Order: sequence, then C-alpha cells, then structure tokens
Amino acid sequence: MRDTLTIARAILRGFSRDKAGLFFTLAFPLVFLIIMGGVFKGGATPHVTVIEVGRVTVLDSMPADAHAQIDKVLDVQHQSNLDDALNQVRKGHAGGVVEQRGTTVLVHYSTSDLAASGTVRSVMQSLVQTANLAGSSQPARFSFDSTSVNSTAVKPIQTMTPGLLGWAIATGATFTAASTLVGWRKRRFLRRLSLAPISMGTVVAARLLVSLGVALVQAALFLTVATLGFGLRLQHDWWACIPLVLAGTLAFLSIGLLAGARLRTVESANAVANLVVTPMAFLSGSFFSLSLAPVWLQNLSKVLPLRHLNDSMRALLSQGASAWSVLPQFGLLLGFAAVLTAVAVKLFRWDDV
Amino acid sequence: MQPAIVVDDIRKSYGKTRAVDGVSLQVAQGEFFGILGPNGAGKTTTLEIIEGLRKPDAGRVEVLGQSPMPRTRALQRRIGVQIQAWTFFDKLTAREQIRTFAALYKVPARRADEALELMGLANKANTLTERLSGGQAQRLSIACAIVHSPELIFLDEPTAGLDPQARRNLWDVLRDLNVRDGRTVVLTTHYLDEAEELCNRVAIMDGGRVLRAASPDALIRDLGGITRINLPARTLPVELARKLFPEATVDTDEQTVNIRTHEPAAILAELATRHALDGLSVHGTTLEDVFLALTGREYRA
Repeated sequence: MRDTLTIARAILRGFSRDKAGLFFTLAFPLVFLIIMGGVFKGGATPHVTVIEVGRVTVLDSMPADAHAQIDKVLDVQHQSNLDDALNQVRKGHAGGVVEQRGTTVLVHYSTSDLAASGTVRSVMQSLVQTANLAGSSQPARFSFDSTSVNSTAVKPIQTMTPGLLGWAIATGATFTAASTLVGWRKRRFLRRLSLAPISMGTVVAARLLVSLGVALVQAALFLTVATLGFGLRLQHDWWACIPLVLAGTLAFLSIGLLAGARLRTVESANAVANLVVTPMAFLSGSFFSLSLAPVWLQNLSKVLPLRHLNDSMRALLSQGASAWSVLPQFGLLLGFAAVLTAVAVKLFRWDDV
Repeated sequence: MQPAIVVDDIRKSYGKTRAVDGVSLQVAQGEFFGILGPNGAGKTTTLEIIEGLRKPDAGRVEVLGQSPMPRTRALQRRIGVQIQAWTFFDKLTAREQIRTFAALYKVPARRADEALELMGLANKANTLTERLSGGQAQRLSIACAIVHSPELIFLDEPTAGLDPQARRNLWDVLRDLNVRDGRTVVLTTHYLDEAEELCNRVAIMDGGRVLRAASPDALIRDLGGITRINLPARTLPVELARKLFPEATVDTDEQTVNIRTHEPAAILAELATRHALDGLSVHGTTLEDVFLALTGREYRA
C-alpha cells in the first residue's frame, strides 16, 4: 500500500504540472458545459405543447384562420385528468396546462422554463382578450388567471450536466489509461519499474488511484459550476453519483487498457481512444437527448457503457431517482470493466520487442 | 567465493536474427567487468537476459546464486540496473524522481540526496527531468540505479552521449563504486578506451558471440606488442608505404595511411630520412587492434 501511494503521488505530482493534460481533463469539458449551458439557458423551444383539460371555450370556438395561427406556436393536446397533465408540466414535457373554471381561463405553468410558460401565458391571455373584444357590446365574458405548478421541471442544465459529465469521465479515463500505458511501455519505463522490488499490481493500483481521484475532482468541478453558474438543482440522492463516477471511470479505464495493451505509439492509442469515445458520446446522449433518435438506435446504444452512466446519473441528478434504483447500472459498469480488463490482461505486453 | 554472475550458453533470436548466439561468462564478486562490442553485437540483449528483463531461448543464468527469472524481491534489492531508455516519471524534478525510487526500495530520502550529490546533480535537484541535458539525465538514471546501494550494478552504455569531460567524471565515480565501495560492476560499452580504462576484464562481443574474455592487458599482450603508426596519405602514398615496409601491415582509408608493426623503430627512422613526419602519430596496442585481430575488421562503434 505504501508503494502504491508512493507511485500515485509521483504520477499525481507530474499530472499537476502537465498544463495540457489538466486543460483537457478538467477545463475543456467545463468549457463545453459553459457554452452549452449558455446556449440552452432559456430552453427556448419554438413550439410549445399545451395540454387542454376539459373544455376551454376560447380554444375550442376559435375561427379556423385563428386556429391556423395558434397552431404555429402551440401544440394543443387534450387530456382529461388534471393531475396527469400537471405532472407532464412538472417533468418538462409540456409548457403548460389550460383549463376553464366557470368563465376564468386558468393556465398552469412551470417556473423553470420561463420561455415556454411565457409563450403559453401570453398566447392564452391574448385569446381571452380577443374573445372578449368579439362581444364588445357586452361586459367581458372571460377572465384570465395563471398559476405556477411549483415545478421541479427538468431544465436543460439538469439533463445536460450528467451527459457532459459522463463524456468528460469517459474521455479522461480512456485517454489516460491508453496513453500512459503505451507511453510508459514505449520508453521502457514499465521495464524500469519492474526492476524495483514492487509488483506490477502496485503500479496498476497507483495508476487507478490517480485516475479515480481525478474523476472525482472532475465531477466536483462540474457539479459546482452547474449548480452555482447555471442553477442545477441537485436531487435528494445525488451523492450516489460518486460511486457511479468511480464505476464509470473503471469501465473507461478498461477500454483504454484494452486499446493500450498492444498499440505501439501514444498517437495511435489516442486516435483509437478518440475513435471509441467520441461516437459513443453522441450515441449515448451525452450532448443531445436520444429521445428523438430512432428506436433501433436507442436500443443499440444500450450496449454502450456511457449510455448507462449517463442514464443513471441523469436519473439521480435530475429526476430524483433513489440511489437503489441505479444499482443495476452500477453493477453493469463494474462488470463491463471486469470483462475488458481481463481481456486486456490477456493481450498485454510489457515490451515492444 | 561464489561468482557474482554465471552465464551458461545463452541464446536469443528475434525472428531470423540471432541476437545472442551461445554466450557463456563468469563475473567474480568485486570485479569490474565490461562487455565490449560495436552496435548490434548483442551486448544489450545479453545484459538484459542477465538482469532478468528478457527470457533467453536457451541457456542458464545465475546472479548472486539465484536465477534472475522469475524475479524475487530479495534479488532485486541486491542489484541495481540502469537501462538505455528515458526511465523517469513525467514532470518530476530530479530530486523527486530519485526520492520516489528510494522510497520504493525503503531507503531514506537522505540517501537519495547523497546519490544525487555523488553523481554531481546536487545543483540540478529542483530541475524537471525533461529540462536536464542528455548527460545529466544519464547520470540521474545511474543515480536512481544505485540509490539502494546494490552489491551488483549493471550499466548499459552509461557514457553514451556524454561529452569527454563528463565521461571522465563518470569514470571516476564508477571506479570509486568498484574500488572503494567494493561493488561488482558490469557495463556494456562501445568505447574501447572506456573498457581499457575501467575494466578488470573485458568480453569482446561481435555477432552475438563472445570472441575473447580476458583483462585488457592480457588481450593486448596476446597480440605481441603491435605499434600503430598513422600518417596522412599526402605525406606518404600507400603504395610506397607497402613497398618500403613489406614486413608491416599497411592499409588506408583515403586520408590516412595506417601501418601496424612489431618493429616501429626501423620504420620511424626510414620515415625521418624521407622527411615524412608531418602529421604522424604513433600508438601502442589498443583494444582496437585486438578487435581487428579477432574479427579481421576495423572497429567501428
């Protein structure tokens, strides 16, 4: 254990002086978060879904041409149960719920998506005014009111943070494992270490220790920036993302280990790591939600470890899932790591010659 | 006394290349032993098989009475190895590097600092290894190899890439390790003068085999005192030299005429009467002549 710490400290000290390495592992993913967090801050969706519960006269008795105009902005859906509809809003699936109580048109909106709720409220308000003006001789027939659903709706930052964090972990772990391994072998440093009275297990454990530590720092930085800078709200069991981050790191270290087991140059190891991680990040919904992708692609992506890391962290961080519910994904990531590591050990070579 | 190293008919091939083709050696404890030969002679492969870094295809090795493979920690603590490579952690200072190695050998940091001092690196202790010159990095690598005071030290071309002054300084350090501290030292080199200067015994390798192994003195004595006279070809054309000195061996490499002889006095007298002493140099027998005699080829490192 003391030897492991000795080597881990040496690796970490070197890493802390490696400006390019620090940038790509810690700062670069944050830059991504900041750019995307800024771009999607409002979450402005041009087309807002509105759920109509029961009958709402101002919507139902619109002239056809007015209907066509409204359809450009609002996608009106019907539902009979108010609670179900409100839940949709809370989850961020709809911009608002419209119902009529007597002559009052009531809009339930979500505070978290201001753009969508603003659209719904202003459109509905103008519809009420138009209807009142149409019968201008009489006193106003309808009144307008709106109320917040006290929402825990999913803001973009809530889905984006876990996805980007997953990608950052995947990149960091895969690249460090692949390039350290190949680099150390190429310049025969592995050989040199093997001459000291320590086992190779000690060397590997030291490398793992550093990678796990760096991944935790990555996660902490990410969550801090997203929370303080972009209003990410951590859900109740968010702490469970710590073991998930660790399991994910092991899974991606094993990919890097496999890539590094035989490759001869650091450049080719990095290229292979890139080739694996970047498409996987897209297919696993790190950057964009997969909900719009074809079903077969969504199913296919379930073989990817990053998909499970992203899904489980999303469930924890933004959907308020319990720690127990992500246990399967946790196990899956560890299993993936174990299998790939076993294969990598089989293929591994200490020397180029 | 038990020999420090016994090597018995080891062989190692890479594809069709026989890198080591039946090498046998013995190194006594306290000896300074050199493996000498041009590049590609099989020196490094031989050394790495002895160190336990490579597995021979055939043959037997014993180091301090044990087989070097599989490695045991007890043996690893008793030997120190410097290999030809950039064997450092990324972006650590010289002191941090050697202290890390010291910690792995359970040696106090003070001894690490002493090893730096010994290698003349005390003033570079806080320099990142990436910023060290080639010679400084080489010395740090040796310092790391001896930090745990091993009784048997392996050095693979330790002075390669050093300037003449740094080479001589390193020779002093290595001689001290051997003579003063009683360590057994095995080094490979392609510098004949280095082997002559440092080694008690030298094995001359070529083409994966040991041609001769003996003390430099004995090797030279065996040649019976050959003197080498070099002079510029413009001073004395090679054809004329051959005609004048039929008893001597004369050859040339365009610019220089090279005469090897057992009777230098007569030749020098003849050259003097011909006023052909411009740019002339006279050498006693060196390992270079030994190599030539053994292989029939001029020595080219």
